Amino acid sequence: MNPRRLFLILTPYLWLLVFFLIPFVIVLKISLSDYAISIPPYTPTFDLSAGWEGFKSFLSALDTENFTFLATDALYYTAYLSSLKIAFIATVLTLLVAYPIAYGMAQAPDEWRPTLMMLVILPFWTSFLIRVYSWIGILSNEGFLNQFLLWLGVIDTPLIILNTQAAVYVGIVYTYLPFMILPIYSALEKLDGSLIEAAEDLGCSKIQAFWLVTFPLSRPGVIAGCFLVFIPTLGEFVIPSLLGGSSTLMIGKVLYEEFFSNRDWPVASAVAVVLLLILIIPIVLFQRNEQKQREAN
Amino acid sequence: MAQPANRPVFAPWTDPNEKPLIQFKNVTKKFGEFVAIDDMTLDIYRREFFALLGPSGCGKTTLMRMLAGFEAPSEGKILLDGVDIAPIPPNKRATNMMFQSYALFPHLSVWDNIAFGLHRSDMPKDQISARVEEMLRLVKLEKFAKRKPHQISGGQRQRVALARSLAKAPKLLLLDEPLGALDKKLRQDTQFELMDIQEKTGTTFVIVTHDQEEAMTVASRVAVMDHGKMIQVDTPDRIYETPNSVYVADFIGDVNLIEGKASAPKDGKVSIAWAEGQPEIVAETGETIAPGTTVHFAIRPEKVAISVDKPKDRANVLEGTVSDIAYLGNISTYKVEVAGGQMIKTQVANDRRIARRDITWDDKVWLSFTDTAGVVLTS
Repeated sequence: MNPRRLFLILTPYLWLLVFFLIPFVIVLKISLSDYAISIPPYTPTFDLSAGWEGFKSFLSALDTENFTFLATDALYYTAYLSSLKIAFIATVLTLLVAYPIAYGMAQAPDEWRPTLMMLVILPFWTSFLIRVYSWIGILSNEGFLNQFLLWLGVIDTPLIILNTQAAVYVGIVYTYLPFMILPIYSALEKLDGSLIEAAEDLGCSKIQAFWLVTFPLSRPGVIAGCFLVFIPTLGEFVIPSLLGGSSTLMIGKVLYEEFFSNRDWPVASAVAVVLLLILIIPIVLFQRNEQKQREAN
Repeated sequence: MAQPANRPVFAPWTDPNEKPLIQFKNVTKKFGEFVAIDDMTLDIYRREFFALLGPSGCGKTTLMRMLAGFEAPSEGKILLDGVDIAPIPPNKRATNMMFQSYALFPHLSVWDNIAFGLHRSDMPKDQISARVEEMLRLVKLEKFAKRKPHQISGGQRQRVALARSLAKAPKLLLLDEPLGALDKKLRQDTQFELMDIQEKTGTTFVIVTHDQEEAMTVASRVAVMDHGKMIQVDTPDRIYETPNSVYVADFIGDVNLIEGKASAPKDGKVSIAWAEGQPEIVAETGETIAPGTTVHFAIRPEKVAISVDKPKDRANVLEGTVSDIAYLGNISTYKVEVAGGQMIKTQVANDRRIARRDITWDDKVWLSFTDTAGVVLTS
């Protein structure tokens, strides 16, 4: 193999090694350590100067105590389960909002499409944090939404939306909508219009043609979009802590508090390692979906 | 078994008692300002294999899409079995279409593609599978039932598309450039297969094509279209032998067109003066032509004989020089320059080996044809 080719192949692996594998090994190591009042706040620390004997005693000091702790304390697994539930429901909601938008975009005249695409991507031009903060202004008791509904006379007392799970769903759907729209749109855009005509010609009503032809053929896009929303939502921290208040339990928030409030790095690391293991399953499924799609083409 | 002596010729369009399956009555279709179909009246009969032939953009596909229900006429009526089909949506019409791109559902197997339309009807489940089997046998694809469309060849996909559109036993099958994506050899085989299937199923076929050979091969009648109008609707042989216009003569096959001034017809024959000092061309015509009218004399290359010696008993004899010879294997085309630089093509079957050909480049030759070999065209 010539060196140029080798370099090309090695570059991504090197990248993964430096920015993924090494940090992960460090986190894994901390998760196997014990809490200590010191700097850094865990023990043992790795000491090169102690030589081989030092390394052996370092290894023997590592244990899986923190993971056992996660299993015994109900807080953690309820947080994981609640995260999974919220991520799942939020993904379904995002899909329900995104599909009609993507469908409309794919049906739009050719000359409109770049503009529509632009509008979908436009929110990314503003900081994510500012966009989530502005939802506080919309959803709070004195917020725009309540004022508007009061003005319309639909309600007499302000609705309590902020600091509930509903606000978390609003925030997640809003934030991750483009990640759902774009893959579905790209699947629908490729769809050959004569397939729909063929379905109608063979006796389908327009609705049947949608469910029997359009939807199945956009499924790779739907699956890709669902993973792109589900995976980051599962570990989401900013949205639940800003919009969800104290009532919303999500593992990202638990992780944050463990790390910064409790300063218990080993337990926080254990939480992170388990989160990663949970995420690996959908990521592997996602990869497989992509692979299948490539083969089909 | 011997064939009955008087085999009935299939020609329902000549029978005044026969009711057409499809009637176009003064149909016009406009897309904005563009007139795709211009005041068209046309009858298509049961069991016909009807070809719509024309260059791209002539309106043939629009015509077909109106039959399928994807377009509605701007003016006029289309009747199927005497019923106006304008208010009937595509999914309720007794027509099925085979799409140019085949439009097979990529997520369904061959079997499910063929069964797709049947599942939408109220046919019982067990009959559906019997019908699908029957269709698979018809197009010889029994072994491929489980495959997905991307796992079979182009020719097989074409047959799946045909089977799918025939499965519901439509009154009318529409074929939109069905063989366009196949290579030449496969296309020729498939043409005969199509004719076979059409005969077996007794379905009325309307085929859209821009390939005149294909139209001539498969069709019982050919409609030559241009700019949204029917130029000529006739059987393939009549389209070829007696085109009604220069456009049709030129569009179908190879033709020699000679422009000249006609004399008044005498005994059904006109003389056409086409070049100074040259004998006038004598041709039969059924039309009454005013003397001095500019006409085109159209004659097919294979109806012009070429010889080294001057033939004696032919009505028309022209002298010329061979300027080009094209050898096509079974036939050769000679391009002969006659007076005034007029080129006349002639086709001769190569019934001898090429080494024994007695005519070559720059030879003086005689071209001859009878007075019934060509047609006189006034438009």
